[in-house]
Amino acid sequence: MAKAFHRRIAADGMAVRALLDEMRDWLSQVGLDDASCGKIEIALAEALNNVVEHAYAGTPGAIRMEMTHTEGDLQVTLRDKGAALPRLRPPAGHPPALHDERDALPEGGFGWFLIRNLTRGLHYAHDAGENRLTLVFDLEHRTDPAP
Amino acid sequence: MMKLEVTSHDTVSIVTAPGPRIDAAAAIRFKEAMRAATSDGPDHVVLDLSQVRFVDSSGLGAIVAAMKQMGAGRRLDLAGLAPDVAKVFRLTRMDTVFVIHEDAEASLRRAAG
Repeated sequence: MAKAFHRRIAADGMAVRALLDEMRDWLSQVGLDDASCGKIEIALAEALNNVVEHAYAGTPGAIRMEMTHTEGDLQVTLRDKGAALPRLRPPAGHPPALHDERDALPEGGFGWFLIRNLTRGLHYAHDAGENRLTLVFDLEHRTDPAP
Repeated sequence: MMKLEVTSHDTVSIVTAPGPRIDAAAAIRFKEAMRAATSDGPDHVVLDLSQVRFVDSSGLGAIVAAMKQMGAGRRLDLAGLAPDVAKVFRLTRMDTVFVIHEDAEASLRRAAG
């Protein structure tokens, strides 16, 4: 039986934090272990920050989250009415190279890499002025040993 | 302004980050607070993250920036990484860039030799 978590927030950093806290509590209540909650929270923090910083570029707007949990599978769709992704697709997410030289170390550019690394699948559409990004997560069954 | 607790020992100072998150909403304040906390004191600084349960890529960038702004010849280690924080450092391979201690006490024992 599917369980759902739906929320609508303002696109700002503090609202994102509150949403992540609430979402994490819900995931824990539906029975996910800490490692699964952690990977979902990391990926969603990155996706939500992208909406705040890039889709809305810091201007006011709303973000809708629809999360559905079924046995072994979790899907989250984020919707916003901000700018579309360049080329209408999520970036490949190659992680920035780490250099030996301290001064050359990257301070950003890890967001899409983390999202892709932590999800089984990613779907994006821009339709009628709305961005729709769906993240699909694999869930380990509770009987599996922790990695 | 974010205020970081600093305890100075002989050759090492421990800077304790307040929790629970170093994230996009806090990254700039954190970087500025680190600049103030490390502008003087020992060359070797350990950032105690034991009160932090979550760091996103913006927070990670701020920690890297904090190390860079300390300048040549100085060292920023990390201590007390929670599982989700350690995961972000591991996935981005930033765990190969910083010396990571189990906790602040372990970093002091190592510094004492």
